[in-house]
Amino acid sequence: MASKNKRLLWLQSGGCGGCTLSLLNTEAPSLFTALADIGIELIWHPSFAEQSLDEAMHLLQRLADGSEPLDMLCLEGSVMTGAAGRFHLLPDGQSMSTLIEQLARRASQVIAVGTCAAYGGISAAGDNLTGAVGLDYAGNHPGGLLGGHFHTASGLPVVNISGCPTHPGWVLETLALLASDSLSAADLDPLGRPRFYADKLVHHGCDKNEFYEFKASATAPGQMGCLMEHVGCKGTQAHADCNSRSWNGEGSCLTGGYPCINCTAPDFADPGHGFFSTPQVAGFPVGLPTDMPKAWFVALSTLSKSATPTRVRQNAVLDRLTVPPSLPKKGKA
Amino acid sequence: MSRRILGPFNRVEGDLNITLDFADGKVSAARVTAPLFRGFERILLGREPLDALAIVPRICGICSVSQSVAAAHALSQLYGITPPANGQRVLNLIHAVENIADHLSHFYLFFMPDFARADYQQHGWHGETLARFKAQSGSAVAPMLEARAILMRFMGSLAGHWPHTLCLQPGGVTKVVSAAERVRLQQWLRSFRRFLEQRTFGQPLEAIAALDGQAALEHYRAQTPAADFAHFLHIADSLQLQQLGRSYDHFIAAAAYAGPDGPWSPAGLWQQGLSQPLPQEQISEDNHSSWLAGDGPSAPLHTDTVPLPDKAEGYSWSKAPRVAGLAAETGALARGLLRGEPLLNEMVASAGGNVLSRVVARLTEVARIVPLMEHWLAALELEQPFQQPCPASAVHNSAVGLTEAARGMLGHWVTLDAGRISRYQIIAPTTWNFSPRDSKELPGPLEKALEGVDASDPQALQVQHIVRSFDPCQVCTTH
Repeated sequence: MASKNKRLLWLQSGGCGGCTLSLLNTEAPSLFTALADIGIELIWHPSFAEQSLDEAMHLLQRLADGSEPLDMLCLEGSVMTGAAGRFHLLPDGQSMSTLIEQLARRASQVIAVGTCAAYGGISAAGDNLTGAVGLDYAGNHPGGLLGGHFHTASGLPVVNISGCPTHPGWVLETLALLASDSLSAADLDPLGRPRFYADKLVHHGCDKNEFYEFKASATAPGQMGCLMEHVGCKGTQAHADCNSRSWNGEGSCLTGGYPCINCTAPDFADPGHGFFSTPQVAGFPVGLPTDMPKAWFVALSTLSKSATPTRVRQNAVLDRLTVPPSLPKKGKA
Repeated sequence: MSRRILGPFNRVEGDLNITLDFADGKVSAARVTAPLFRGFERILLGREPLDALAIVPRICGICSVSQSVAAAHALSQLYGITPPANGQRVLNLIHAVENIADHLSHFYLFFMPDFARADYQQHGWHGETLARFKAQSGSAVAPMLEARAILMRFMGSLAGHWPHTLCLQPGGVTKVVSAAERVRLQQWLRSFRRFLEQRTFGQPLEAIAALDGQAALEHYRAQTPAADFAHFLHIADSLQLQQLGRSYDHFIAAAAYAGPDGPWSPAGLWQQGLSQPLPQEQISEDNHSSWLAGDGPSAPLHTDTVPLPDKAEGYSWSKAPRVAGLAAETGALARGLLRGEPLLNEMVASAGGNVLSRVVARLTEVARIVPLMEHWLAALELEQPFQQPCPASAVHNSAVGLTEAARGMLGHWVTLDAGRISRYQIIAPTTWNFSPRDSKELPGPLEKALEGVDASDPQALQVQHIVRSFDPCQVCTTH
């Protein structure tokens, strides 16, 4: 346990606030109790702090000029660098990107909460005329506001809790590890994401695994079958533990009946194809499961399709499990 | 004349600054600035129509489902399909969960903490308010968050997660409900009802919904002083909040919560005690004071979004929507007036839309919606479909999707060209409420509501109460 509370400042810029609202879904204990329990003092947050207007601005300035210490900075939303910062201005006419940079260089730990703050995310999609970037990445590449390869005085790079939105557990557990100085650079993956959730794939624990095994595929969202072959699902490539830790009590994109769009990846918002369709070459999906040789995928899926049980094939294109598994035959149980 | 720039406002969703001009110690003119622009209307261009379902929820983390509902409505029209009754019921449930969770977050986390500030310590109610509603640590906060999290399990079960679900489709929803799931959902809803009846209202929800005038509201307050809602009414009486924040008293709403007998909450325009059908064709966007190309009123189906950060007349990234040339207010109060609720009609007849009536409208709406949710859950026909298949291509080239977010009317105006999105214009609730001046220099509703207010104290607390009484969502405003 940390001997002294860590002082955390949370800022928002070019985003939707959804990572904060998702964090508010924290259950047992609820958010503010949980933060206190892990030794974090939330010194200001745009959604929750009492201080507003001048008193908030003065606090931000004291933190930026170093006259008040800052342990942790969380940024939610992308940094808007276009038009000399005019896409996000503070009341005094200063650009928000300038303030963010000053604070990032003061804080001992810098955390990008959500895909926008990490890489630019959806705010950087399309023609990105606002110049939206992440804290230390612009899309897949180091860069962004802090130039790439940034380290705080404590030696840590920016911690990228990517996700659109982030799971409350990803954020709280990262903050808890940081608060007790138990997260090192080795605990982050090559894109700066905490490995405790980013070393898993959304595919792990997916409800639809039996359909995947037999390539029994759905043809539209809402059908029981695997959504990879036709409906755009990227769960086999997406780095996150969404199906091994549930959302809002018992959910995930897949249990909700719709495809994973790989929202922890830097460029998820510009997939180059419709979100609900899977590009194919010669009848096979272009995006293959991570680390799987294509020839093996083709061979295995051809074999497994020929072995698909009738039950699985029929259920795959229905909106609910209709054909149940058979019981073991008498005498063979 | 003197000038004061207020900001950053917090405990609102997104970024907000306000410039006040003073004469004789009172606000003579207010200019509301939405200082953040992302450009979702451009991010959507050139994409397949269904891709809107992945993009638009990400406009807003707090009205995420409302954005999806507006898009799904527009796409239903484009593809020429109608969700089956079960699809509509589940959509209503998901949408209601978001809207009432937003109402509670607004009341407990955003609005009430201002009354716990030391500035009010001379009032007899301050000690209790401090104990209960102090930002983050008040005793009412953790129980509300726990109840909210239980309610949000509806999102895990029905929508995969919240925010940013893809479960709402033009033909219905992607998740069917089983009998066992319905039992779980009913248990969670009963648990949430218990919280409301014990903490928020201190009375059965039906008793709150039955409050039919100011005398009944006063009687409720006297009878149930310990309830959070009654505590607010006590503060409102002490500070005379009904005299604060009156705007034009023009109210608009879209239809919300469709059912076989029409929507539960009807669309319309309310002026001087009279309701008329929503004149949808007379809705325009005016970019005169926006850092966007364009000047006078323009129909949303024919407007493009081109940022001009150096535009001299500009002072906000928000557009100025108008209906028949009017700056109109939208939100729970507008919906309640258009539903003909006696309490809200009486309150507005006596003191207009104001800080008190806006908050009363929001909380009494929570009390009305939970029983509706119970009804929709019970009415699910579990063996029937929840979704219609979506055809391969759209059959129409333009559509308008209108709905009600917690904080008011939300519209998506969509145009396709060669099967791709060629124009996508969004008018969000706070675009209406916090709009800048239009080309006729007509102030937006909040700008009007701030005129004449005393903002001489360092924290401009009256301004803060008025601003938050609208439950603004600035990320939606500029999108």
